[in-house]
Amino acid sequence: MRIACPFCGARDSGEFTYLGDASPKRPAAPLDGGAAVEEQFYDYVYLRDNVAGFTREYWYHGGGCRSWLIAERSTTTHEFKSVAAAPGAGAAKTAQAGER
Amino acid sequence: MKYSIFSLARAALSSHKNWGRAWRDPTPKKQYDVVIIGGGGHGLATAYFLAKEYGIRNVAVLEKGWIGSGNAGRNTTIIRSNYMLPGNTGFYEMSMKLWERMEQDLNYNTMVSQRGIINLYHSDAQRDAFARRGNTMRINGIDAELLDAVEIRKILPFLNYDNARFPIMGGLMQRRGGTARHDAVVWGYARAADQLGVDIIQNCEVTGFQRSNGRITGVETTRGTIGAGKVGMAVAGSTSRVAAMADLRLPIESQVLQAFVTEAIKPLIPGVVTFGAGHFYVSQSDKGGLVFGGDLDGYNSYAQRGNMPVMEDVCEGGMAIMPMIGRVRLLRQWGGIMDMSMDGTPIIDKTPVDGLYLNAGWCYGGFKATPASGLVFAHLLARDEPHEEAKRFRLDRFRRGAMIDEKGQGAQPNLH
Repeated sequence: MRIACPFCGARDSGEFTYLGDASPKRPAAPLDGGAAVEEQFYDYVYLRDNVAGFTREYWYHGGGCRSWLIAERSTTTHEFKSVAAAPGAGAAKTAQAGER
Repeated sequence: MKYSIFSLARAALSSHKNWGRAWRDPTPKKQYDVVIIGGGGHGLATAYFLAKEYGIRNVAVLEKGWIGSGNAGRNTTIIRSNYMLPGNTGFYEMSMKLWERMEQDLNYNTMVSQRGIINLYHSDAQRDAFARRGNTMRINGIDAELLDAVEIRKILPFLNYDNARFPIMGGLMQRRGGTARHDAVVWGYARAADQLGVDIIQNCEVTGFQRSNGRITGVETTRGTIGAGKVGMAVAGSTSRVAAMADLRLPIESQVLQAFVTEAIKPLIPGVVTFGAGHFYVSQSDKGGLVFGGDLDGYNSYAQRGNMPVMEDVCEGGMAIMPMIGRVRLLRQWGGIMDMSMDGTPIIDKTPVDGLYLNAGWCYGGFKATPASGLVFAHLLARDEPHEEAKRFRLDRFRRGAMIDEKGQGAQPNLH
């Protein structure tokens, strides 16, 4: 598997670290917001669609430009459809919650 | 037919041409009391225990390919019960005890070989952690011995003890651990379940669930609709896909794990050895090949094949403790799809959908659990309440904050 980093070009997947599905979004509500918010956090932290097919996911190019990337990749064929910088990538500040 | 020295002698008289089928190839009936999806070790063991221990014999096991064609035929055949956390210790030790009497129970040679497993340690801190694990095991009635490098060297003289970065200082040994023949486990359970009346239906993929008033009443398959009083899922890496047909989202990610086998060599490795500073484990099959593996590839996959970086990483681990392994040629390499749960521990529970039961989340440790998984899942299906040894493996433990995280990695499945 080679990953076409938008900054470095096609590189061996060994240079990258996988975080996982990019679709879960951290709930905006404060953590102590009661049972309804707990339910949202439970969903965010633990539940996954675990799609068989194309999925958007976070990869970190630790062996290269050290950018966070969002890739569209098929979990059934390992084919990449697109690789783009994750929002905030390249910035020296901490990425926003949910966009680590 | 009961297998024995006499049946062997009798079959020899006709040049072994009249053994007969080990299990039937039935046409699916219209209705079963219990339908189990997945003809791997866990599904077949569940059917066997349902019929044997709980008297429920109107059971079908549905398998989309041939039985044992998934992870049951792809694992590295290790059995052990060297766990530390409450919930795991009792469960896996029960499994080990079932392994010890499996061949008698099933009248089938599953080649259970308790040749010992050694987890090497490479630092003082790791020795302390292993001492704690070993003590926890012994308190729970599980055998464990902490060995120093001198004792390990007597058993495994060929390891590299003086690796500058990761010297081998000793190991935690479970002598009752070892290996079993994975395919024979599948065939043994299939044959024993079949003899008790279970229908094993191959080439029958489940394509949907039938529901009435919110309750599961049957499954749609590539061989027609099959009614069921209860449906149990034991589909490992396909868990999320099957659950999605019942509108369930689960705390599971499917990831690929690779395994490797070398050309056959003379007997070398007496048991199972694991590297404590990287992820590498190795044993030797009865045919002589070195069977080894390591980490997950680390990304979600349903592809049943992995990539080169992890092959390299695994082989580096092998070279670190056992440089001679570099002289042997790799024969085969393959991948299986692991149902990685969010805490690295299985889930055996009812689902929110009435009549649908879940047996999943085995990560890369499902093989050793095969007999116990079958027993506790059969108990759940028969009694509608968890078995004593599986009562911590509930689906709602994530919501309750009662995770069983043996590696302490949190909700990041590729790190378990």
